[in-house]
Amino acid sequence: MAGTALSTAEARARAESVARASYGRLLALLAAPTGDLQAAEDALADAFLRALTTWPVSGIPENPEAWLFAVSRNRQRDRYRSAAYRTSVPLEPDAGSSGADPPGGTSRGAGSLGGIPSPGGSCSALPGAVHWDEVDVEAIPDRRLSLLFVCAHPAIDPGVRTPLMLQVVLGVPSDRIAAAFAVPTPAMAQRLVRAKRRIREARIPFVLPDMTVLKERLPAVLEAVYGAYALDWRSRLPGARRVRAGAGTGEPAGAGSQLQTDADSGARFRADADTGTRNQAGPDCGAQSPADEDAWGRSQAGSDADPPESLAAEALYLATVLTELLPDEPEVHGLAALICLSLARGTARTASAGGFVPLALQDTSLWHRDLIARGEEHLRRAHPLGRIGRFQLEAAMQSVHCARARTGRTDWQALLRLNEALVALTPTLGGIVSLASTLGEASGPDAALSFLDAANAPALEDFQPAWATRAHLLTQAGRTTEAAGAYGRALALTTDPALRGFLEGALQRLTAPGPPAADTD
Amino acid sequence: MRYSLLLNNPEPAEAGITEEDMAPFREAFDAYAKSLDAAGILVAAEILKPADMTTTVTLRTGTLSIQDGPFADTKEKLAGAFVIDVPDLDEALAWASKCPGAQYGVIEIRPSAISFREGQWRELR
Repeated sequence: MAGTALSTAEARARAESVARASYGRLLALLAAPTGDLQAAEDALADAFLRALTTWPVSGIPENPEAWLFAVSRNRQRDRYRSAAYRTSVPLEPDAGSSGADPPGGTSRGAGSLGGIPSPGGSCSALPGAVHWDEVDVEAIPDRRLSLLFVCAHPAIDPGVRTPLMLQVVLGVPSDRIAAAFAVPTPAMAQRLVRAKRRIREARIPFVLPDMTVLKERLPAVLEAVYGAYALDWRSRLPGARRVRAGAGTGEPAGAGSQLQTDADSGARFRADADTGTRNQAGPDCGAQSPADEDAWGRSQAGSDADPPESLAAEALYLATVLTELLPDEPEVHGLAALICLSLARGTARTASAGGFVPLALQDTSLWHRDLIARGEEHLRRAHPLGRIGRFQLEAAMQSVHCARARTGRTDWQALLRLNEALVALTPTLGGIVSLASTLGEASGPDAALSFLDAANAPALEDFQPAWATRAHLLTQAGRTTEAAGAYGRALALTTDPALRGFLEGALQRLTAPGPPAADTD
Repeated sequence: MRYSLLLNNPEPAEAGITEEDMAPFREAFDAYAKSLDAAGILVAAEILKPADMTTTVTLRTGTLSIQDGPFADTKEKLAGAFVIDVPDLDEALAWASKCPGAQYGVIEIRPSAISFREGQWRELR
């Protein structure tokens, strides 16, 4: 409306859009020299606040990112200069030239200000004044990748890696992260503070590890990004923006009753569904997820009809950033593909009434074509790189499912091969159970049951998805009594209300008169 | 940044390790210390005598108390320490993983908070 003057709301909207696009980029730059994420976050928050008061008056700067960066820098500098912070950490760019006792983490890979080349007047000309127009943020190397590696550093507790990434790379506030992880806010905030302190005090470097170390640590980074995605199926962020209004049309009759009809059925009730993400450091930690996100969809059932823009979308964003930064790593593409392909079915997964729609009953016209295409493209780019991995296999399984939109059928044999390869590569409980389900579809319940029996993994005894799958297979095989027992076991291992609802429903149908749920593909 | 690499492992005697078993490790430790030294990052290297050589002293009850034996009786004992001066944790990790002690024991990497150098306490940042 107004010419140059902006309403606060407009300034806020603009600041928010910059924040969304650039938060991690700015924070990585600000934190790299000292490793002090907290201080960088505080400075950036100050800068955003100042934008809200300044921009409505002076207009939005030509380069808002650079403006925010410069203001944050000055904030940091004020703080480091204050008496409260008796500094032995010069932030000045020339600090790198000192000799044997390099201060402030500028000693490696970073000649000055964390390696920021200072155009023209240089960042060092900033004290006091905001020469934001001299800072070309675009020209500054993107340090988000090193920030991601900091978050997933082996010295950081695996359980806090995903929350940390969400906070420092995407700027998600602690309370939203806490809600997503079903943890009290103060507890989550404390974990995050502890992790950031550790990064600063132990001096975890904000540099990209060399290629050998990078390859060793990349799986942890992917794992943490995957964690954000997987978590989404359990918990939607409150107040998140909507991607699109719920397009779910009529709920297929008896969607709930078709709980166990598609290939990966039981595997979807993964153990990790009960614990949020892989923040439990069990032996399976980091690998227990078979391909199917419907585990999350299922444990989610009935909780949310519309897919809000959510952690899954954030995870896709991170995965996409990773593919841009590491285009030659096949597993990075695999992860991006996996997230694309399963997000593609997000809308179809929930019925308008809020119930869960199992894969086999999903209306394929609701599947998101663009996301499927993006996912396929990532798989295509991963393939020639010639190194297969868990995420590529899981994505390929998703791809087989998505092909139903074109072909009208599911290629169970292809799924079986992929699932077998996945289990051979990462023999996790989830993968084994998923394989049993696929086998059930490809070769019938008897083959699947004998596979499960032969798997002989004692941990399956306490693995709820194993029991749900077994119950389903037993039902198909007509072994009703045993099936009821298996449902009972699965129920005993489940606390999630939605999931309990499903299992109870299945058990009731089993004991009620009438035919069991027909199986389809 | 200074880091102490604290070597923890079962006592050789208790683990049934003979002098002969230890010989290759002595060589490895020799090479390790020399490579730290050559890299210009070695501040101190100490390998400790067995834990039962420990004498413990405290005044925290108000009177001087001297005891034989280690303070904590654990299965793994502190067996030695390398103090190194490197830029960051990744470098400390890289050196720690090359330490021969990591082959049979556990190495704790602890950053120094402050250290006394050239006549005064200095904060290491």
